[in-house]
Amino acid sequence: MSTTEDQKIHGILAEFRNPKELTDVAKKMVNSGYSKFDTFSPFPIHGMDKAMNLKKSKLGWIVLGHGILGFSIAIAMMYFMSVIDYPLNISGKPFFNAPAWVPITFELTVLLSAFGAVFGMFFLNGLPKLHNPLFNSERFKKATDDGFFACIEADDDMFEAEKVKALFQEAGATHIEEVYE
Amino acid sequence: MSKYQYVPEPALVKGDHDFSSLTRLVTDINLRETPKAWYLAMMGANALLMLMVVAIGYLIWEGTGIWGLNNPVGWGWAIINFVWWVGIGHAGTLISAILFLFRQDWRTAINRFAEAMTIFAVMCAGVFPAIHVGRIWVVYWMFPIPNQMAMWPNFNSPLLWDVFAVSTYFTVSLLFWYVGLVPDLATIRDRATDKIRKVAYGIFSLGWTGSNRHWWNYEKAYMILAGLATPLVLSVHTIVSFDFAVSMIPGWHTTIFPPYFVAGAIFSGFAMVLTLMIVARKIYGMKDIMTDDHMEKMNIVILVTGSMVGFAYIMEFFIAWYSGVEYEKAIFMLRATGPYAWAYWAMMTCNVFSPQFFWSKKLRRSVGFTFFISIVVNIGMWFERFVITVTSLANDYLPSSWDYYSPTIWDVMTYVGTFGLFFTMFLLFLRFLPMIALAEVKAVIPLADPHNYDEETNEYVAPKVEVPEPQSEKV
Repeated sequence: MSTTEDQKIHGILAEFRNPKELTDVAKKMVNSGYSKFDTFSPFPIHGMDKAMNLKKSKLGWIVLGHGILGFSIAIAMMYFMSVIDYPLNISGKPFFNAPAWVPITFELTVLLSAFGAVFGMFFLNGLPKLHNPLFNSERFKKATDDGFFACIEADDDMFEAEKVKALFQEAGATHIEEVYE
Repeated sequence: MSKYQYVPEPALVKGDHDFSSLTRLVTDINLRETPKAWYLAMMGANALLMLMVVAIGYLIWEGTGIWGLNNPVGWGWAIINFVWWVGIGHAGTLISAILFLFRQDWRTAINRFAEAMTIFAVMCAGVFPAIHVGRIWVVYWMFPIPNQMAMWPNFNSPLLWDVFAVSTYFTVSLLFWYVGLVPDLATIRDRATDKIRKVAYGIFSLGWTGSNRHWWNYEKAYMILAGLATPLVLSVHTIVSFDFAVSMIPGWHTTIFPPYFVAGAIFSGFAMVLTLMIVARKIYGMKDIMTDDHMEKMNIVILVTGSMVGFAYIMEFFIAWYSGVEYEKAIFMLRATGPYAWAYWAMMTCNVFSPQFFWSKKLRRSVGFTFFISIVVNIGMWFERFVITVTSLANDYLPSSWDYYSPTIWDVMTYVGTFGLFFTMFLLFLRFLPMIALAEVKAVIPLADPHNYDEETNEYVAPKVEVPEPQSEKV
């Protein structure tokens, strides 16, 4: 952990020219043994998950859990309302009228699964986030336009500013800067 | 020269665009001064919206008696307009979800646009079931909320299924749309120079950085949402068709209704997307992204779904005859020759006949003709719902109770007014949100693929199309 003046360093940010260079540097960071690094691009890059050695997203399990919850809520709600609390005889149909309950059960399963997918994704990504030190870098604004960035965080056990800079230099970074908290 | 010729897929984005020029092309619209023409259009849309507010205000004051409903025809324009608007919405989900699952990359040019249309169309649709209940102050009886009668909704009723289907559809479409918007809102946040835009887009982009760890979860979420939205959109119009098919009115009680309604919904929705797209791409200069190739592909969808609808119309007739049920046979004869024959033939002309022109490649690629047909199709689909709803009710089992239905000025005002709601929302969308799914378009241009860069120099090399030599035919 290095400190310049009284500001705490967040990490080293490097800009690259195109998706290929960014994918290459991601492989390099993995091979050098860094773990707290990230790459930033205006769109998802094909093959980046393998280059960055990312594990399978856990999102599927979150969605499955929510789907099961939605299914159970739907059945429990209709069972309570139509069978327990106020049974109504409608054209002699059974109170527990399973075929007629299919549409609502389906809809609520989908609804809760979609909540799980969207809010689960934001949760896994740690969003919404009020402040991100990377936004201190004026240049980083290009990351949502046409910039390709890589960052190694100071929290990484192997972090040494000079070595990180050398790695980026070697990978052909067009611009390297230190980002402060 | 072989008789076979390799035709490469047309480029998705025309012109010499890189990432940065795409960003500017799309987001400059949101960042520049509001053009005067936008205010003019907004005034027009607001005037229509006021018309709707007045029509609904008077309806609440006076009751549904102001509509043209009569004794046999208890369902009139309200349900017709509801089904019509919901149907239009379905194209957006088809483009964003189903075409995504089929890996149709051309969808990226129009999906934002079409999803916005979905959301606003469902809003317009939602107006009608909400106001048609008569006593609007007890509209919450539609939902499973405790009320003064201590009763619960009837879960056996298709009308209640509709409440759940349409509200789920609206919520999921909105979430799907928002997830797609987040990276693009971040683009505007980073380009904005004034305080208000920085803060507003900053809040709604949730601190998105474009991190590839985030994209990884994001793409997964997008895929799951597409997988959820696909059966959802099919279920919604299926359930809408249950409103009719689960009853025992002749002409309604048929098993063909769910697939036939879904095909019709996609048919009318694609037409609406085309109507809006052709105008918007001209005004906003988006012809590089929304190309004539897109228009042609959509016209093919219109041709396919239009033919499916036409097949369903003919099948209905056949099954009515084949079933041997007198009332079924009678209602279909009455549709084609009875008091509403004018509506029936308007429907047949617009829906079955007009899309057949798209067998011609030249007409599929003609902007003016496509625009014309897209409007004709939506008129036809409105008539389809009119024919289904009104003819079956006006002429059911007992001839002594038959009556002719015609709308009043208030029916017309409410319907025309919903266009005010639709265009108000749509103009707000065009002004404040990126109308193209920017991150998705960037991801499908050849520059985005790391494989299109030289291994040594890391410079971009345009992908070469290798045409295999065709095998000579053995005779």
